[in-house]
Parts: sequence; C-alpha cells; structure tokens
Amino acid sequence: MNTNKLLIAFFSCALMVGCASNQTDDSDQAAAAKAAAEQQAAAEAAAKAKAAAEAKAKAEAMAKLKNVFYFEFDQATLSADTRADLDAQAAFLKGSNSKIRLEGHADERGTRDYNMALGERRANAVANYLIVNGVERYRIEVISYGEERPVASGSNAAAYAKNRRVELK
Amino acid sequence: MKRVFLLAITTLVLLSATAQAELTIEITQGRDNPTPVAIVPFSWQGSSSLAEDVAQIVESDLYRSGQFAPMRRSDMLDHPHSASEVHFSDWRRSNTDYLVVGRLSEVLGQVQAEVELFDVYGQKSILTISKTVAKTALRDLAHHISDKVYQQLTGIRGAFSTKLLYVSAAQRGVGEFTYRLLLSDIDGAREQVLIEQNQPLLAPAWAPDGRRIAYVSFETTRSAVYIYDLASKQHTQITNFTGINGSPSWSPDGTKLAMVLSKDGSPDIYVMDLASRQLTRVTRHYAIDTEPSWLPDGKSLVYTSDRGGKPQIYQVTLASGYEERLTFEGQYNARARVLPDGRGIIMVHQGEGDFHIALMDIERGDIEILTETALDESPSIAPNGTMLLYATQHRGKGILSAVSVDGGVKFHLPSRFGDVREPAWSPFLAE
Repeated sequence: MNTNKLLIAFFSCALMVGCASNQTDDSDQAAAAKAAAEQQAAAEAAAKAKAAAEAKAKAEAMAKLKNVFYFEFDQATLSADTRADLDAQAAFLKGSNSKIRLEGHADERGTRDYNMALGERRANAVANYLIVNGVERYRIEVISYGEERPVASGSNAAAYAKNRRVELK
Repeated sequence: MKRVFLLAITTLVLLSATAQAELTIEITQGRDNPTPVAIVPFSWQGSSSLAEDVAQIVESDLYRSGQFAPMRRSDMLDHPHSASEVHFSDWRRSNTDYLVVGRLSEVLGQVQAEVELFDVYGQKSILTISKTVAKTALRDLAHHISDKVYQQLTGIRGAFSTKLLYVSAAQRGVGEFTYRLLLSDIDGAREQVLIEQNQPLLAPAWAPDGRRIAYVSFETTRSAVYIYDLASKQHTQITNFTGINGSPSWSPDGTKLAMVLSKDGSPDIYVMDLASRQLTRVTRHYAIDTEPSWLPDGKSLVYTSDRGGKPQIYQVTLASGYEERLTFEGQYNARARVLPDGRGIIMVHQGEGDFHIALMDIERGDIEILTETALDESPSIAPNGTMLLYATQHRGKGILSAVSVDGGVKFHLPSRFGDVREPAWSPFLAE
C-alpha cells in the first residue's frame, strides 16, 4: 500500500520534471549534466583526498603520541613531559569515542601487594589528567599489574625506570 | 596460638609429582652449637628395594632445622638397628648426644617402621615410633619421624610434614610470562603444578584447614580473588569488583577472608564472610591500605598503609575500628605476618638501603633484621613459629630462602627453572 503510493508520487514528479525540461535546449541540458557530473567527481576526489590526508595526519599524530608514561620510585606524580604527552593524547582522544585501558605497573622493589596499589595509583593519576582534559570518564578503564609484568629484566636503576610505567592501550 | 588443624588431606599424598621448578636446598648458615645426632641408616626387609632412603630424609630434615649436626654415615663405627645392637660407649666417644635407629619391613605390601631415639649419655631409649605406610608414602613416613624426634628433643612441634605453596614465572616475551601455582613438600620435594596460566597469579594463602587456598588471578584480564580446593582441584571466583581485588588472608577460624578492594576509590581493607559472601569495610582512607593479616585471636588485623607518607604497619581492632600505627623505625615497613604466639610480627623492612625481612616485638617496638640478602619479600612463617620462608634474588633469579626466627639458621631453596616467589608455608596438616 505504502509502496504503491510512493511509486505514484515518484512518477508524478518525474513527469513534471520531464515537462519542465522540454522547455530548454537539448544541448544546454547535456552540457549542464556533464558539468554537474564533473563537479560531483571533483568534489568526490577532493573529499577522498581530504579523508586520506586526515587519516594520514591522524596516523602521524598517533605515531607521535606517547602511549607509555614513566614514574619515580614510590611516586605517582606526572612529570612535565608526561603532562605534555597526555595533553596531546587528550586532544586526540576527544576526536573519537574509542575506549581506552590504562595499565599501571611498578618496579620490583617493595612488596607485591603494595606495588599493586602503587600501579593503580599511577594509572589513576593518568586517568584523572585525561578526564580533566576532556576525555569522558566512562571510556577509561584502569587496571594495575603491580610488579607482575616487568618489561625490563635486571635489578638495576635502568630496568626499574622502564618498569615504573602506565601503558595506554 | 598453638592451634592444631586436624582435617585430612590424604589426597595430597597420592598426587603424582611433576618437576617444573623443583627446589633444592643449599644451607648457608647454621647455629654455632648445634646438637650432635646420629641417624643410622634403617634396615629393610622386603621383596623389592625401597624408593627412598628414609633415614637420609630424617637426617636432612634435622640438619635443615639448624638445631642439629647429624653425623656423617662414613664416620659411624657401626650401624645398629635395635636397642640390643647399640653400644653407647662408642657413640659417646664420638660425641654423639642422640641416636636414631630403625627397622623397616614389608607387611602386607606396606612398609612398617620401628624407630627408636636414644639419649646416648643417659644410655636409654627416650622415644619409640611405630608406623605403617604405603610404599608410595615413604617421604611422609620420614617427615613424621623427623617431627617426633624434633619434638622430643626441642619441646617444639615439628613442621617437617607441612607443605609449601609458591608461584613461578617463566618469561614468554616482553612483559609476558607463564605463571604457575606450585605445591610441594616443605623440603621442596614432590612438587606439582596446581595452576598454569598466561595471566598473573599471586598472593597464595592457605586456609587454616590446609584444604583450600585463596589466591589472586588476572585470568579474566582483571584481578579477582579465587578459592582453590585441593581435593577437588576446582577453583571458584569469589570477587569481581572494579579495581584491585587482592591480598586475601584467612581468619584463624577459616570463616572469613580479609582482602583489599579499591572499588570505592582507593585500596582499603575489607572482610568477607565466606558463607554469606557479605563484605564489611574495615578501613576507609584515601591512602593505600593493603596486605591485611590476622592476629591469632581473630579480633584484629595488621596491614600496610602509606597514610603517613611512607608504607608502615598499622593494626586495626575489628570490633571498634580503632587503628594504631605499629612501626616507626625505617622508611618502608610492609606485609606484616604475625607470629603464632602473637608477640611479634615478621615484615619487609627497609632502613636506608636494601629491603630485608625483620622481626618486630609488638610490645617493645624494637626491630631486628633477620636477612642479609637484598630485595627480600613475602615472608611466610612456619606453623610452629621457628622458621620463615621468604622470596629473594640470587644471581639474578627469584629464589626462596629460609631463616630461623632467631636469625641463626639460613638456607636457600633455589629453583632449577624460572623465577620463584611468594612462598606460603602451610598450617599443620592432619596425616
């Protein structure tokens, strides 16, 4: 029933357009159609190029974004460098709706359960900074692994520095 | 607390051993004046040879306590197996204070042991042990003999028949590991894998009945507290809160589990009633509160908090909620475990440099450092209160180490594979 009504309406319109176009020159009509097609193609190409450029810029921006943030021993304070990195992350994250996971880690010094809490405190520090800078709270999940998943082995300052981290995923 | 847990876990005895990270003992320090004893090789009458040298295991047990200096077999003038064969004057001349002799014989396919302990200077038998076990339970027999001999000579209940839980991690890639929860005899023998997974596994804690284990696993990619039943080998997830779910600790009566949850913002101590699964919040502070452990009377908990700026040990009385700071010496004191007599706590302590295991007298507040290794953590006290196991590093590898509560005896239990940590010494187990 509805389909039939729509079809009738469509053909009525088509007839009216046909009647109207009869009043113009055939060659003008062809040229106009061609111009319109060219215009549309150009617009499409431009849009495509723009999208590609945007994607490229996004990829470049993403590549430049830091995903790992480091901390001092028994501290969850964000350094100036980390805050700058997080500003860029926040700006980028505001352009999307994706969910993120912040994984907090600690070095091996001190006890395991205390380090679990410390890893969470670090991840929360990063989460709170992102939230203050406009990233919606519901998009962020905070997980602490404590000292259970070190990326650098060895009991030395260099390894400890690499392991005291928050990873954004 | 001289609580005796008399619930059976006979299935443990029957489980087969696997050699994933078998521990071997290296004694690093003994007492200055250990008691000289001689454990004479036991005689054996049976159809086939025995799989274990029972007297040798008894000798190792007594040696490992640090309180005894067993005589070398090659120094023994003869090998008596019964009272009539013992020449006290010979043993006295070789300065042996106590002598253990024994006979093993096959009876209806089982092994019957008749063991006797002699006071060499008193020239008399002071203990006889008669026990019949399956041929597969020779190590249990040996540890039983060690327990009885140790108790007779020291007045303290032996803990050689107890078990050990620990965690191993083997690296798979950057930041990626295979985690295992392992169970073995307290001397590291008869090890078996209880759980193996690619997500972190930590904080194993024995139930007071010795039949269940609480632990923390990330198998859902988030932390959760689980209970593992040793007989059924089934595990049950008991928490699923946002944030940290950690540090399970059983109440002395086994009905409650203290734990750490950060669901309300920051890590706080909670107590879960296991029958109803009902939670009671114990601490509420924006700082880190973690690592709860029960006092033997079940009325209060000790825990770690950094509310004063650095991690320190606090005590909370459950009925009143009254909180009190216990440690003031050192910049890092954490993961306290209370001695069975309730008078002292064992904890991780950092003075100025390394992390060590220390004993603090609760009344007096003074701290005695027990270990010289670095990065020491996860102390776990024997049920008789004489020794403790802890995790440390040795040549770049995580190992388990032991020290007596008086600091006089030390030994390593290095693993053959992977890093091992988080030892949990079982309560006394029923035979």
